[in-house]
Amino acid sequence: MSTRDKILQAVKNNKPALIPLQEIPALLDVTEENPIVKFTAILKNLSTEVKEVDGWDEVIQYVSELKQQYKIVTVIDGVDGIVNDGADTINQSAAALASLDYALIKGPIGIAENGAIWLNDKNLPNRLLPFICQHLVLVIEAKDIVSNMHQAYRKIQVNEEGYGVFISGPSKTADIEQSLVIGAHGPLSLRVYIVH
Amino acid sequence: MKVGLFVPCYVDQFYPNVAIATMQLLEKLGCEVVFPLEQTCCGQPMANSGFSHISEGCNKNFVDNFSGVDYVVCPSGSCTLHIKDHLHVEGKEAEAEKIRKQVYELSEFLIDVLKIDHLTASFPFKVGIHSSCHGQRGLHLSSMSERVLPAFSKPETLLNMVKGITLCKPQRVDECCGFGGTFCVFEEAVSAKMGKDRVQEHEDNHVDYITGVDMSCLMHMEGILKRQHSKVKVIHIAEILNAHFN
Amino acid sequence: MQGTTTHSEKAAQFIANEPRTDWHDDTLWFVRTKRDRAAHTIEAWEGLRATASHIKEHTLSNLHDYLTQFEQNALANGVQVHWAADAAEHNAIVHSIIKKAGIDKIVKSKSMLTEECHLNEYLIQQGIDVVDTDLGERIVQFRHELPSHIVLPAIHLKKQDVSDTFHEHLGTEKDNIDPSYLTHAARLHLRDKFIASDVAITGVNFAIAETGGIVVCTNEGNADMGVHAARVHIACMGMEKMIPKAEHLGVFLRLLARSATGQPITTYSSHFHKPRKGAEMHIVIVDNGRSRQLGRADFRNSLKCIRCGACFNTCPVYRRSGGHSYHNAVAGPIGSILAPNIDMRKNADLPFASTLCGSCSNVCPVKIDIHDQLWKWRQVLMKEGYGGSGKNIMMKGMAFVLSHPRIYRMAGGMGRKVMRWMPWLFNNKSLNPWYKNREMPAPPKQSFREWYQQNKQ
Ligand code: SF4
Repeated sequence: MSTRDKILQAVKNNKPALIPLQEIPALLDVTEENPIVKFTAILKNLSTEVKEVDGWDEVIQYVSELKQQYKIVTVIDGVDGIVNDGADTINQSAAALASLDYALIKGPIGIAENGAIWLNDKNLPNRLLPFICQHLVLVIEAKDIVSNMHQAYRKIQVNEEGYGVFISGPSKTADIEQSLVIGAHGPLSLRVYIVH
Repeated sequence: MKVGLFVPCYVDQFYPNVAIATMQLLEKLGCEVVFPLEQTCCGQPMANSGFSHISEGCNKNFVDNFSGVDYVVCPSGSCTLHIKDHLHVEGKEAEAEKIRKQVYELSEFLIDVLKIDHLTASFPFKVGIHSSCHGQRGLHLSSMSERVLPAFSKPETLLNMVKGITLCKPQRVDECCGFGGTFCVFEEAVSAKMGKDRVQEHEDNHVDYITGVDMSCLMHMEGILKRQHSKVKVIHIAEILNAHFN
Repeated sequence: MQGTTTHSEKAAQFIANEPRTDWHDDTLWFVRTKRDRAAHTIEAWEGLRATASHIKEHTLSNLHDYLTQFEQNALANGVQVHWAADAAEHNAIVHSIIKKAGIDKIVKSKSMLTEECHLNEYLIQQGIDVVDTDLGERIVQFRHELPSHIVLPAIHLKKQDVSDTFHEHLGTEKDNIDPSYLTHAARLHLRDKFIASDVAITGVNFAIAETGGIVVCTNEGNADMGVHAARVHIACMGMEKMIPKAEHLGVFLRLLARSATGQPITTYSSHFHKPRKGAEMHIVIVDNGRSRQLGRADFRNSLKCIRCGACFNTCPVYRRSGGHSYHNAVAGPIGSILAPNIDMRKNADLPFASTLCGSCSNVCPVKIDIHDQLWKWRQVLMKEGYGGSGKNIMMKGMAFVLSHPRIYRMAGGMGRKVMRWMPWLFNNKSLNPWYKNREMPAPPKQSFREWYQQNKQ
């Protein structure tokens, strides 16, 4: 018998009688009174700069300012005045991307209770982008902010693409004496635009 | 109401005043209290050491002693919990089950069964509350800092009925004192360190006494306090609830 | 237990440095308080725990089907699935994948399973250069130590220790103990490793049966940096990581980071389903005693564990004895119920490294009855004779006296001789460990029994 079959047989023999699976209780899913306020407060706590803006002007301006000084990649679709140049990175190696200063990416959904923003291969022409850049800028439309994880998982399909990630704050560590240090292996900072 | 007083072996031998206070308090509150003379021990020292398989004799003796009362009341959360969870006797399972349901730690008995809402006791001292783990997390005598549930405390409710008392809590409100039965000798270093840390928080609060529902925890802390020549004393909750200072 | 150092001995060595013990205790207590604060922000916290526990219990009761379903879906996603019965097989599989890729330098993010299997040791023996990329793990790796905590691997070390280590290995300034400075040095050092490595090993936090995908949670971003830069991703998972559906992640991800460190969620929660174009993804599913634990009705619940570490942070014994005193890859309360399943003789002391205070069970996000299982392991271990003959004789003597009231009363009457059987009251100052740090209770004039007979009868 193969190891696989041996393991599965042992599991079958040893597991207890089936306990039927119940639905996730509705009472766990409490809708926030003001998801945007919560989302903002949580992210600020996570050392993230949050900008709530009306329309795209400020974002467009920010992108063009950054472009003048830094090496940046922008993965934002359907906004006049912003060029999505993510496709250029598809085949770039880690070595090539290591010098990337900024990545600006728009995500399809944000979560109030933990400040997380979902990205998947659709928004990530190269999966390294939000990790290898020195600074990350995430953009989310106000209408796409849900209250909690239950609501988020109802909206996304985790296997729609090969890879997806929730990002909440800049990379960080507290591995040295529990002292919080922002900027571990991923970005040194995160800025989030909430666009109305 | 006939109450069988269950006195843990170390209380019988070293802290008779705790048992006396318990008895007097229950009598004052109208209970008929008997102390079955052939009782020995709940068997916890063996079971917590991993030897519950040789405690049948002890269990049987317990059942023999305490069958025939309305309630079994004990001034120790830990021993009560042990009876509640682990008293089994082959051939006398019905009696054992009855006792498991009838056994109460003193403070829960006063609150839940006698439904006490006032006491005549007075104790004009500053008292630190030690939350003994088996009473708290095992018997749910009070809410627990780890859980997200409404706050309550049966021992505290009772102590608040005592005239003149000032209660205060250590910063870590319900951390274990480190007694742990045989743990206190087999893991002597950790046990003693835990005890020292507990005692220190009460010292920082400048209490006169540390009280709790378990004399074993208090005995452990008393051992440390005495070694440190501290002025802080320990006192079982029964002694406070039965106290009359004027 | 014989021949090795027991938890109590190692703990005593740890506590010998009291200021450092206080520091360790305070540091972890701080994490526990962060956890409390986070839990209290969620009204439905206890409901979440109950639901998480239920999902895991259900999963264990149907684990065979879920593993099969997971495998099918992962294969359909283009992932290669491997099965390992034990640590040796796991290590051999990982090595063969690395060899096939023709690589001798790899990066690895945190995985307690690979610690359990001693993968690093094995790969290094095979000539593979393994770099742990989690900062804490890198620190202990430089020092040739093992992680002392499943979530906070270097929690036993102070800034100065890290500074010394980095000075030696990374050339940082001597005695610069600024955590930002040290972390930045590690960042630069590890970025080079990520870029240079073509194989990345990760652990797995959750494996989703219905989609065949895995979820990995980190704060540092090291798992993703490693995987996305490499050509080959090897994910190693214990088979208890399974959950039925993606929607269940909602429950577990709400609990995991809050329980672990008090964060609302880890910075990165990465869902891997397919390798990127041109890359390979492997999942190694490991048993290593888990199917045996599943067969032990009293202990199978331990397989619900999501490795959040909350039981460590709250444990008053762990905080004052350090992770290394548990001589097992997973320390703390949960380690003490997992370890005897793997080796009863070697780990017979661990279920006794607890006062059974129950705080661990209260913080556990999946409601494992940890302290009850510690109690039950004690019963199993002593019955099987792992307690040694001294303990056996003592307990038998005690059981005898306590079941014979007349002898008990006589013993009590004869100067409380019965208390010889209560080891903590053994009235001999030189032999009694109690007396080292504590006074004995003063014997009263009469016992309660004597008082009762005099006054009440
Ligand atoms: S046993 Fe519970 S508290 Fe401990 S690590 Fe596992 S999930 Fe967390």
